[in-house]
Amino acid sequence: MPEAQLLAELAAALPEGVREAHPEGEAWALVDRSCLLEACRHLKAAGMNFLADLTAVDYPERTPRFEVVYHLLAIPQGWRLRLKVPVEEASAEVDSVATVWKAAPWAEREVFDLFGIRFAGHPDLKRILLPDEWEDHPLRKDFPLTGKKPAEEASRG
Amino acid sequence: MSTTTVETMVLNMGPQHPSTHGVLRVILELDGETVVDAEPVIGYLHTGIEKTAEYRTWHQAIVLVDRMDYVASVTNNLGYVLAVEKLLGLPVPPRAQYIRVMMAELQRIASHLVWLGTHALDMGAVAPFWYGFQGREQILDLLELISGARFHTSFLRVGGVARDLPEGFPEQLQAFLHDFPAWLDTYLGLLDQNPIWLERLRHIGVVSAQDAIDWGLGGPTLRGSGVNWDLRKAAPYCSYDHFDFRVPVGKTGDVYDRYRVRMEEMAQSLKIVRQAFDGLPEGPVKVEDPHYSLPPRPLLGQSMESLIHHFKLASEAFSVPAGETYTAIEGPRGELGFYLVSDGGNRPYRMRVRPPCFYNLQALPAMVRGRLVADVVACIGSIDIILGEVDR
Repeated sequence: MPEAQLLAELAAALPEGVREAHPEGEAWALVDRSCLLEACRHLKAAGMNFLADLTAVDYPERTPRFEVVYHLLAIPQGWRLRLKVPVEEASAEVDSVATVWKAAPWAEREVFDLFGIRFAGHPDLKRILLPDEWEDHPLRKDFPLTGKKPAEEASRG
Repeated sequence: MSTTTVETMVLNMGPQHPSTHGVLRVILELDGETVVDAEPVIGYLHTGIEKTAEYRTWHQAIVLVDRMDYVASVTNNLGYVLAVEKLLGLPVPPRAQYIRVMMAELQRIASHLVWLGTHALDMGAVAPFWYGFQGREQILDLLELISGARFHTSFLRVGGVARDLPEGFPEQLQAFLHDFPAWLDTYLGLLDQNPIWLERLRHIGVVSAQDAIDWGLGGPTLRGSGVNWDLRKAAPYCSYDHFDFRVPVGKTGDVYDRYRVRMEEMAQSLKIVRQAFDGLPEGPVKVEDPHYSLPPRPLLGQSMESLIHHFKLASEAFSVPAGETYTAIEGPRGELGFYLVSDGGNRPYRMRVRPPCFYNLQALPAMVRGRLVADVVACIGSIDIILGEVDR
């Protein structure tokens, strides 16, 4: 399985940065944010030329709170790999991968817009879907679905 | 010492502009008629679908994803239910898979016809719009016959489809299969040799194969650049490996190649529909496990157990084991991916949609820099954006 090999090579190249590697099923790795950019460059050189998607998930009860998720694909081989980078709330910032894949900037802007995670070295980090003067980050779990009141009071539809 | 200063003008194209396909705003920086830079501004149709899905049961989200790419609702449904089924490990009956393929390919043709009509209209050719929508009408009639709705079909279910094909469907589909090749010839006849059409499309908005991959482009916009990548072939889902079809690719990666790819794709989709219809297996159209599928209506009056299952499904709904998946399908506009995270509950913990149009639109500035304003219109048409999906 080439994904397992890719993960093993990644872990060998960045022994400090790859905290977990899961080759079974949909292969994924937990990568330390200090090594993210290096890991992405390494994987791109290994054939993961297509950044299929970049997003985040909010786990308010966990520390660190956020996970930034990168879905990578190799064309034409068809390998898929997922990188997850834990990010804490207090310094919610990861390196931008805009220099690795041209696909990244807009997706990073969306994560910034909806989760409030910043991307260091981003060419033009600003909101993309919501108005510039908007204050909150609606995909955070503590943002209510309707109205402006604490999430626990908001209807859970 | 002499200095040359170039004065540029900033022009807002959209958000209310017929050729921006909805509510796209492009801030153009112009030097005369030449585009120095372009910045697409999006978000006008943002409705928070990903957020809303976190407050709906797994089945209720089907109706939400319908509303993203509103000219290809079946495709949205398909990507979503496949992702949920993957989390559940739920096998889908073959008949349901074939019905899904048939509907998805009909939808692809209908979606390409919207693109064809509006793109040609933008370029000044009015007739393809009327003829395109006339051909599409037959498909919408078919979808209406199957699901009761022309646009937001919401017909797919986790574990299958809502109902079996209705009476009268085979005849109506046969009529479409018979009529559509002539429609395709009509479209090609109107455009293929048309000197204005060729002049406006050729060598415009060129994207190299390498750039197309780097930008994360998808669908005909990727294949127009000569990248032979179609998830129906590369990672077949929903029994696409049962069908014989070709993946058309372009050479130069210009607006014209994207046009050629989509035209050929319609013919290939028609071929798939025909094969799926001819080979339609017998059997159930959804899983018969009452934990996931509503029991048949007559049973509710006879069996207490069915009544309980019905009540549980309709009120609490089924739960999905904790886990996550990224499942992607080949939508009419490229890789439509669903990243679903479940915490074991009856609602998605997170539903992320990878909208192909979002990535395609991001590459617009690179396509139009240094070209004329009129070419911006050609390029927007060629990437076939649906703002409902870009903004979600």
